[in-house]
Amino acid sequence: MKELVVISGKGGTGKTSVVAALATLAGRCVLADCDVDAADLHLIFEPKVIHREDFTGGSKARIKPGHCTACGKCEELCRFGAIYFNGPGNGRVSRTFRVETTACEGCGVCVDFCAENAIEFAPAVCGQWFISETRCGPMVHAKLGIAAENSGKLVTQVRRTAGQIAQDQGLELVLCDGSPGIGCPVIASLTGASLALFVVEPTVSGVHDFYRVAQLAARLDVPGLLAVNKADLNEEVADQLEATAVKHGIVMAGRIPYDRAVTQAQIARRSVVEVSDGPAATAIRSVWNIVNAQLQKSSATTISGLVQLIPITS
Amino acid sequence: MKIAVASGKGGTGKTTVATNLAQMAAADGRAVAYLDCDVEEPNGHLFLKPTITRQQSINKLLPLVDLDRCTFCGRCSQVCRYGAIACVNKQVLIFAELCHSCGGCLLACPAGAIREVPKPIGELRLGTAGPIQFIEGRLNVGEAMSPPAIRAVKAASTKADLMILDCPPGTSCPVIESVRGSDLVLLVTEPTPFGLHDLKLAVEMVRALKLPLAVVVNRCDIGDDQVRQYCLSQRISILAEIADDWAVAKAYSRGQLACVAVPSFADHIRALLKRLQNGAAR
Repeated sequence: MKELVVISGKGGTGKTSVVAALATLAGRCVLADCDVDAADLHLIFEPKVIHREDFTGGSKARIKPGHCTACGKCEELCRFGAIYFNGPGNGRVSRTFRVETTACEGCGVCVDFCAENAIEFAPAVCGQWFISETRCGPMVHAKLGIAAENSGKLVTQVRRTAGQIAQDQGLELVLCDGSPGIGCPVIASLTGASLALFVVEPTVSGVHDFYRVAQLAARLDVPGLLAVNKADLNEEVADQLEATAVKHGIVMAGRIPYDRAVTQAQIARRSVVEVSDGPAATAIRSVWNIVNAQLQKSSATTISGLVQLIPITS
Repeated sequence: MKIAVASGKGGTGKTTVATNLAQMAAADGRAVAYLDCDVEEPNGHLFLKPTITRQQSINKLLPLVDLDRCTFCGRCSQVCRYGAIACVNKQVLIFAELCHSCGGCLLACPAGAIREVPKPIGELRLGTAGPIQFIEGRLNVGEAMSPPAIRAVKAASTKADLMILDCPPGTSCPVIESVRGSDLVLLVTEPTPFGLHDLKLAVEMVRALKLPLAVVVNRCDIGDDQVRQYCLSQRISILAEIADDWAVAKAYSRGQLACVAVPSFADHIRALLKRLQNGAAR
């Protein structure tokens, strides 16, 4: 079983559209939407949910208003600015301390050091995850709660479940839609993956962000391929991008031109290869052939660390 | 006034709106600060091309155990909710990437054997881009937690008439850390199913934080009418609708500010600034 993670660094480069198209081309595979705080893949695949589960991350502190003596110890100790002095009075004091849940990181320090034992600490449900069936195969996806945290742990849950399903059903491929950035959800998406496909736009920011996420993949020993999306936006930057990537052991998977059919497909709730034979669809078919060939290889080349940022001249 | 430019979906034009707003407000003679809170992938510098005058490391505090004083009682690992400190076989192991720097272990240690030492997780870069005060946080590759770096960026800003915070995409902790405390959250979206879906998540997040919000629809002619319908039904002001323009995209690809390269784009930003000043947002 192989696990392909589609990633970009910068947001909005076309990861999800590419994932949707690859899933159509790959035949039956397991889809994993690892962009748990802005998941979109389900909009294309209209998954039929067959299993859902609450996801409990850490705990959150809550001050029992009747027990608070307003000593202020919790506020003094909280490093996250999550305690404020604006709660209702309780007979002993005219105002009490409260916890701002969206700022609480669940360290429990206030709980441990409250002299009155006035602070509760209960596990907080911070999202839900689902196993679904789609026209391309099983899909594991999640929804992080509003203003919740622990997205990295939720990503790990999604990937682990997807891997298990692939094994149980004898499916060869887990296809993961990653999230933008280089922080905890991205680290959780990439760690231990078989292959990363970078979807990058030929813009100064696309290139800048790609270098950072490629460095991360290199550290995690995940080999990579590059697909330049909206490649005709700036051919010169695309050329430089490609040359740099190849020099560092990243395999070129192709260039996808800008094509309105991609947005049209999204509006029709289809992947672009399901509804179009235009330039983007044709290019993505060829990208899939290269990616697939790379997946079949037992050992792919590891990225040799894009340590130096090569400035792109405009 | 503190305006946070955010979005659920990535790549909708946050940095474009934020940098161009900063540029044009500064051209109007206002004291402007641009804060790049997208510390995982900071891009504002590519367009504002600031002169960096000061660089300093952003640190997070990690526990350091004095093994001569440690009695190996294990209290530190019992109180740590993140599993970041483990006491085994007369050894105390610290897992830096799991530590939230809450200080719990230090407070719990009965032997007073733990102190805190700074560990660099990123860099704070300060400077000027013409009249604009420029502040950027840059998380080191491999670091998982961006909120401490975002806090450092926000703490570094000095007084300005208009502060523009360029936020990371998504709706979870890094975004919450970035938008908290702002006077208005400007959500940049595009009229597509993905744009709409992530806009709804972002709106719910901003409302949970009880902050005022308004919307900018970028590339407003590439998709359908659903974003506009949604904003109407939710009584959310749309402060600008900016048409898709290959010239703007080209300028962006080269690292050029669109308000300099494309006059019609400058008109959009000028109108947006005016609406922001008039407090059109709810």
